[in-house]
Amino acid sequence: MSDASLPLAREGVAAPVSRSSRKSKAAATAARSPHQLVATALLLPAGLLMLLLVLGPVAAVLLMSLTDYQLGASGFSFIGFENYAALLDDRVFWKALGNTLAYVAIVVPASVGLGLAVALLIESGRSLRSLYRAVFFVPVMATLIAMAISFEFMLHPQFGLINLMLSALGLPTHAFLSEPALALPTLAAIGVWQMFGFNMVLFLAGLVSIPRHLYEAAELDGARSAWSQFRLVTWPLLGPVTMFVVLISAIRSFQVFDTVHVLTKGGPSKASEVLLYSMYTEGFEFFRSGLAAAIAVVFLAFVLLLTLIKARVIEKRVHY
Amino acid sequence: MASVTLEGIRKSYERTEILKGIDLTIEDGSFLSLLGPSGCGKSTLLRIIAGLERQNSGHVRIGDDVVDAVRPSERNLSMVFQSYALYPHLSVADNIAVPLRMRRLSTLQRMPLIRHAVPGTHAVEREIRAEVARTAEQLGLGALMRRKPGQLSGGQRQRVAVGRAMVRQPRAFLLDEPLSNLDAKLRVHMRTEIAQLHRALGTTFIYVTHDQAEAMTMSDKIAVMAEGEILQVGSPDQIYDEPACLRVAEFIGSPKINVLNGVVDDAGSVRLGGRDTGCAATATPGSGVSLGIRPEAIALRAPDAAGLRGRLAHTENLGADVFVHLAVEGCEAPVVVRLSQAEARRTRLGDTVGLGFEPAAARLFAADGRRIAPRVGEVAHV
Repeated sequence: MSDASLPLAREGVAAPVSRSSRKSKAAATAARSPHQLVATALLLPAGLLMLLLVLGPVAAVLLMSLTDYQLGASGFSFIGFENYAALLDDRVFWKALGNTLAYVAIVVPASVGLGLAVALLIESGRSLRSLYRAVFFVPVMATLIAMAISFEFMLHPQFGLINLMLSALGLPTHAFLSEPALALPTLAAIGVWQMFGFNMVLFLAGLVSIPRHLYEAAELDGARSAWSQFRLVTWPLLGPVTMFVVLISAIRSFQVFDTVHVLTKGGPSKASEVLLYSMYTEGFEFFRSGLAAAIAVVFLAFVLLLTLIKARVIEKRVHY
Repeated sequence: MASVTLEGIRKSYERTEILKGIDLTIEDGSFLSLLGPSGCGKSTLLRIIAGLERQNSGHVRIGDDVVDAVRPSERNLSMVFQSYALYPHLSVADNIAVPLRMRRLSTLQRMPLIRHAVPGTHAVEREIRAEVARTAEQLGLGALMRRKPGQLSGGQRQRVAVGRAMVRQPRAFLLDEPLSNLDAKLRVHMRTEIAQLHRALGTTFIYVTHDQAEAMTMSDKIAVMAEGEILQVGSPDQIYDEPACLRVAEFIGSPKINVLNGVVDDAGSVRLGGRDTGCAATATPGSGVSLGIRPEAIALRAPDAAGLRGRLAHTENLGADVFVHLAVEGCEAPVVVRLSQAEARRTRLGDTVGLGFEPAAARLFAADGRRIAPRVGEVAHV
């Protein structure tokens, strides 16, 4: 392209932009109220759905946590923060909270780290990429309840596949789900297995969007080893993806329930009791809906906290 | 500083041959442009010099060293990418510092937190910061050191990319269309800056561009490429005045050189539509030749029966110059003539005018595009 032809091309690009910005400014100054009316009307359907499906139930749960309502009861009375006070005194609640946090502390780093490692391996490989992608993604698509049942058989103390393999290798066997020290880590391992494929796919998408030129510039700038290229380019440019992956993994592992319900029911002796399982037993086995609502509020507070951390602190640092 | 020598470089992707045996010597400290239309292989050639691509055969020599098996990081070359390839998460100062940090600090000394515990980090870091500040000052980036690339204009980003390339003294600079993302005005300005930078640094520059104005204004030498081959290497003057073939002649110059189709007669002189042009060619009588003549080498005069004539079909006024397009009998494309404003005022659209040129100003090409030497010593007139 010659010098002479370029300005024309540039003007062609610039003109529609400036025109549209002028138009929107004019629209803002003139006739404001009818526009606002239309905007409000357009927002209504989504707003109503949001109110009905999200905000309404949240408000209901908040209210219910202040009552002594029991499932199926004909009446209830407000009892203030008594449900919360009861939770603070409840050893099982604290156990469940501690277990949930421990579960999150294992599953988040492991599933994020494994997801990133596998994504990097697949991305650097030449052959069978889509096969690997599919293989590692299968657990994400599988129904976790069904998978949990399969795991129950695999983890069986006597004839489970895993113990057979351990004994074949001359290693001691374990009753993974009934030993207090092993129950929660075993559930966490299943959680990692189920979750890291999802993280891998997100990381793969992030890796593809890193411009190739940056790696070439890094190479010319003297980043010889794979590690220094990872530190200089890959890791910082994956920042936003990593943030998102960590947050999603944290929220999803906070929600752990299915495997607990199928495999351990919180046992042995509450070693694998988690927040949502406590809520389930309080609400649907002991029918103490008010107390269950209070646990739900605690759960909601944690999820909200995570979202706030993302919005406030880290978003500033990982985006460029 | 070093010269760069290419010997028989070939490169193909799958079945497509991108480079068909490139031989080129770039002298130490000179400014060479690789000029050609997109897809001619010039960028691939630059990437082979940088080591980002590996040639199928042939050798790359930097100074006296054959670097075929040497990794890009070890070749000690700097490159400015078309996209600038700045690290988006690093400030201007950190971007410029990367090549120094990568070379002078160990892996441990670059680790966050741990670096402070490793002896020597701070002394080296001070040195690096001083050098980065000096480079940034030279490029007028002093006030922008803490900004991220996303907060800079195109021209500023381009400067940061240049700063990152020049902060360590490389053996040669490779520039891959560095100005093509800038607007036209800034490009003209940056041409001057890059030429001045080359003079100040005295390092070898290899500059890839498809823009002949950039190549003509900055280079000591231009290598014109097309379809994986070098058509001609020479100074801007040589390329413009003495093109080695019709393709070079047509690629260089704006507006394009006028190409008239003539025939060599028995006496060896070139005739256009039956008229003698006064040019004599060393070619077999009866063969067709192309006569290339630059727009500024043609003068308008009163039409006469014997000479070349054309009807004024269109004019382009560019301020200082006016390009007039003439429909000439027997020529498909209009003949373009460059006139001054004063000359142009004497013409009107639709006029029939005579065309005259010095035979010495015409360049003759055979049917296959090769340049034909004119027969010297003959003075003729149209």
